[in-house]
Amino acid sequence: MNILAPFIPAIPLAGAAVLLLTGPRWRDRSAGWLASAAVAVAFGLAVTVFGTLVSRPVTLRLSHVSLFEWIGVGSFRVDIAFRVDPLSTVMALTVTGVGAMIHLYAVDYMRGDPRYARFFAYMNLFVFFMLVLVLADNYLLLYVGWEGVGLCSYLLIGFWFERKTAADAAKKAFVTTRIGDSALLIGLIFMWSRFGSLDFDRVLPHAHALANGTATVMAMLLFAGAVGKSAQLPLHVWLPDAMEGPTPVSALIHAATMVTAGVYLVVRSHQIFEASGVALTIVAVVGLVTAIYAGLSAIGQDDIKRMLAYSTISQLGFMFFGAGMGAYSAAIFLLVAHAFFKAVLFLGAGSVMHALPDEETDMTRMGGLRRAMPLTAVTWVVGWLAMAGIPPLSGFFAKDQVVAAASQAGRIGLWYAALFGALLTALYETRGTFLTFFGEPRHRGHPHDPPSLMRTALVSLAVGAALAGVLGLSATSGLLPKFLTPVVGPTKEAVAGPSELVLSIISVAVALVGILTAWLVYLSGRIDWMALRVRFASAKRTFQRGFYVNDFYSGAIVGPAKLAAAFVAYVVDRRVVDGTLTGIGRLVSSSAGAARRAQTGLVRTYAVGILLGATAVLGYLVVRS
Amino acid sequence: MRTPISYFLLVSALLFTIGTVGVLVRRNALIIFMSIELQLNAVNLALVAFSRQNGNLTGQVLAFFSMVVAAAEVVVGLAIIVSLYRKRRSADVDDASLLKG
Amino acid sequence: MADWYAFWLIAPISILSAGAMVLARNAVHAALLLIVNFFTLAVFFLILGSSFLFVVQIIVYAGAIMVLFLFVIMLLGVDRPVPLTERIRGQRWIATVLGLALVLEIGLAVRLGLGLSTGKVPDFSRVNAGGNVRALARVLFNSYFFPFEVTSILLTVAAIGAMLHGRRNIAEEETVDTAVGETAT
Repeated sequence: MNILAPFIPAIPLAGAAVLLLTGPRWRDRSAGWLASAAVAVAFGLAVTVFGTLVSRPVTLRLSHVSLFEWIGVGSFRVDIAFRVDPLSTVMALTVTGVGAMIHLYAVDYMRGDPRYARFFAYMNLFVFFMLVLVLADNYLLLYVGWEGVGLCSYLLIGFWFERKTAADAAKKAFVTTRIGDSALLIGLIFMWSRFGSLDFDRVLPHAHALANGTATVMAMLLFAGAVGKSAQLPLHVWLPDAMEGPTPVSALIHAATMVTAGVYLVVRSHQIFEASGVALTIVAVVGLVTAIYAGLSAIGQDDIKRMLAYSTISQLGFMFFGAGMGAYSAAIFLLVAHAFFKAVLFLGAGSVMHALPDEETDMTRMGGLRRAMPLTAVTWVVGWLAMAGIPPLSGFFAKDQVVAAASQAGRIGLWYAALFGALLTALYETRGTFLTFFGEPRHRGHPHDPPSLMRTALVSLAVGAALAGVLGLSATSGLLPKFLTPVVGPTKEAVAGPSELVLSIISVAVALVGILTAWLVYLSGRIDWMALRVRFASAKRTFQRGFYVNDFYSGAIVGPAKLAAAFVAYVVDRRVVDGTLTGIGRLVSSSAGAARRAQTGLVRTYAVGILLGATAVLGYLVVRS
Repeated sequence: MRTPISYFLLVSALLFTIGTVGVLVRRNALIIFMSIELQLNAVNLALVAFSRQNGNLTGQVLAFFSMVVAAAEVVVGLAIIVSLYRKRRSADVDDASLLKG
Repeated sequence: MADWYAFWLIAPISILSAGAMVLARNAVHAALLLIVNFFTLAVFFLILGSSFLFVVQIIVYAGAIMVLFLFVIMLLGVDRPVPLTERIRGQRWIATVLGLALVLEIGLAVRLGLGLSTGKVPDFSRVNAGGNVRALARVLFNSYFFPFEVTSILLTVAAIGAMLHGRRNIAEEETVDTAVGETAT
């Protein structure tokens, strides 16, 4: 049944094509229903493919479906080929499963938008490209999906392009990720020059034979692409701004799926990273630094969506940290769990914005919403606790495995840092929860729970966020780690540190400390947090502005680039280029004006010319002989 | 025959040049045309002189053809001058300067 | 020896008539001077042993062609004296200089090719055996028969061309007539 694999991306593509071509003719919410159905069918197909894969013996859980030869130049050959293996199936299930729920949510959320059908066309197109990315059997097709999701991200961030901030954010996302994409492309070319192929099967099994330095360069180029796409330091600045897009977009693209593509790329290419001695350590450190940085920044956010954006960056940092520790299945596990709980949180935020007047996003003007919006609050609490790492919710197992990987690998320093990151996670997420749903109401209007479709999506995803933990109850013997073993190898045995149980208890303790701290400050009433804000205003502003990285880029890169562009546009282009061209034109025109005088129209003048030529020729002949 | 052939050639050259100068300095189309005839005849003289020098009759045959062509040319040329005069009421070639740039 | 005197008698007349023709203010005078010039050329042809061309020159050029010229002069009524003023700046200077240069160059070329006063001339009586006309005819109708026939086409085309040029614009008049007729109806 793996022949079905190409249909998984094909159906959302067909949905996108239909919606793009016949957009405005779809009445009311029918376009949204069509798009949701397309993704749901894709999910069904993915489940079927998954079922057949599971029914096979472990060693045979890999098949390729090649549609046709795409590029054939000499010995270089690239097929449009899809790969069905445990990793791609897990990714496809996550993308289509979470995607279907978010589509369903958006059916009501986007109601009344003047470009309703186009929104769903882009969403379906995004799902298509994301599925191409995760199902591709070679790096070039992966790159197609990679660029395609970038395009859809651009289109959807700038969906309300009438707002300048949205249009700017879209541009910023596109340009910033392009830096990473270019590095990835260079990496692919480099890979081709070494292996002569971009097929996973012809590259990855031979990666261990690479020289250490070569492998490091190749891994770093791939990782640079991942850093751009997954918003890691130093290319993270686009993700908070990307919240200008509609909330379902933030949930689907900028939390659950697209931004995790970088993690997928690293896990998929782990052989290359392993061939280099230092690449994985760099990945881990970058991920950890990003996680802590984004955690601190998230504490400073007042905008609910920006807070969630920074939390996404920090969770992605954890995923990279896990991958860098060699705990690939833990990274993928966190990816899946994160897709669920972050989707719940984003959709919850969307519901809150939906319910409050003027799309309110400032958490200081919320509070106490749990009474007005009980269902939203319940689902949010599930997402919050999952993210903070409270058992038995999914986030606990996933993050615990990632953090524990550091201890088990014997890298105690990194483990402490990761625990600090987890503490921050619990802290900022709890802060957001308390500010929004608990305490005294500070909001205007009369909020209420969203309509039934949105509720359905919220509840489904919350159930997923709560139960996804069963996939990986244990890092070694869990369902997901065992299922992924053919791709990423068995989970490494602990070489040092306390047992898995002790590590779990420490994790929970850390999470509880974070929650309690937040409770003390924001909910207990013993501390006037509004006064604290004023007192630590400078620290608060530093956190809120993400340690001024964005401002630094604006000053150090964007400003000079704009100056250089202005120089090129107004001096080089206008003076030098245009000047040269108009100068040539004027020269021709004036010399033609001068040469025009030679054409007197008088026959006798022309006769003089003939005689002149005749005497010259004759004179030459006489003198020569 | 004692006269050197080169003398005839020099006479031919002088006649040809006089005809050329006539074409250049006169404005009356008919006189320009006569000057052209003078040039043609000067060339004929040179051809006949060459014929004498080379001791065969080819030059004379060529001169004969030249006369035939000149006759045809005169017919057409005069017709053109007549129609030009009809159009512009003038035989002055400087009046026909439509090609002025 | 006779040809020597004949040459020196005719050559100045030839040059002077040509010069006078170019400078003549009256077109009729120019035509008459040209006829004189053509007669001197005919004499040159005779000296050079081409009695046939001598006759043809007189009949065709001095006779037919110049009569045609005179006819056109009279037809157009341009037989009044015209002023010799020059309107193109420097035209006369350039013409004079280039003319002198041309004469000089041809003189040099002749000197290089033949030598200026070489008296050695091949015997022409053998070439002209049986008379110049007969000898010329032999060459013309043997070696140059095809070009000779082609000249007939040339003459025909010239005649037709002259006729088309010379007629009044009949087509134009017809158009005018039709237009008038249409206006009437």
